[in-house]
Amino acid sequence: MGNILNQIGIENYIFLSVLLFCIGVFGVLYRRNAIIVFMSIEIMLNAVNLLFVAFSTLHQDAEGQIFVFFSMAVAAAEVAVGLAILVSIFRNLGSIEIDKLKNLKG
Amino acid sequence: MSTVLIIFYILSAITLSTAFLTIYSRRPIHSAIYLVLCFFSIAGHYLLFNAQFLALVHIIVYSGAIMILFLFTIMLMNLNNEDEVHKPRITRLGAIIVFILISIIMISVFINSRTFMGEYDDTGVDYQSIKVLGKVLLNEYMVPFEFASILLLVAMMGTVLLSKKEKSGK
Repeated sequence: MGNILNQIGIENYIFLSVLLFCIGVFGVLYRRNAIIVFMSIEIMLNAVNLLFVAFSTLHQDAEGQIFVFFSMAVAAAEVAVGLAILVSIFRNLGSIEIDKLKNLKG
Repeated sequence: MSTVLIIFYILSAITLSTAFLTIYSRRPIHSAIYLVLCFFSIAGHYLLFNAQFLALVHIIVYSGAIMILFLFTIMLMNLNNEDEVHKPRITRLGAIIVFILISIIMISVFINSRTFMGEYDDTGVDYQSIKVLGKVLLNEYMVPFEFASILLLVAMMGTVLLSKKEKSGK
């Protein structure tokens, strides 16, 4: 079939990733529920992963996909620890709205 | 317009709309379901790139493990109600303005950059099968691979510690 980018073009994937990343940024800024903020961070990570794979196909090189594996490992660790922290916060405060978490405010 | 391009546009529309609905929907459980759809469509993009192993790992790790964690936490906190008070109007307006600005700036940067014209090379060499990926991962990226395993181990220990401390405190 040849290189898939011949038919799609790397620009389309760049624009898709940019839009996905911006939606993630928007979610972090817009919502106050900490779980949704976490989901937005996952969306941003996925946008970057998608661009990694696109450029890996562009250069016909496997290393971009290796980086995606590492990013997945980091995302999994982040979600595990972050959700444990959220559960602990919820037990102590009774809510996970990030506006109420002012303990670290200077 | 070729078939691949049509598939790409459909997948992109699903990805972007479900990602937006993840943020926009009120109930966290609906957000989780939309996020699962978003992850599946991204796995479809990986399949479009012929990266089958990556698509499988993505479905297993993201749609499987991480979303189960999210759902479990949502259920544990009993968040399935709409008592979320919205942020003040100025904050929401600021978020929307920042979103539009970032989108415009980044897209215009990439539009004005030198575009890759002409044919994309296809060397014909197998570069993304499990065999090649495993060789690259365990030859060139051996040390980061081990670090990733240590990271996962430490994360597991940290999670256990975080939830255990709470019990002994009571």
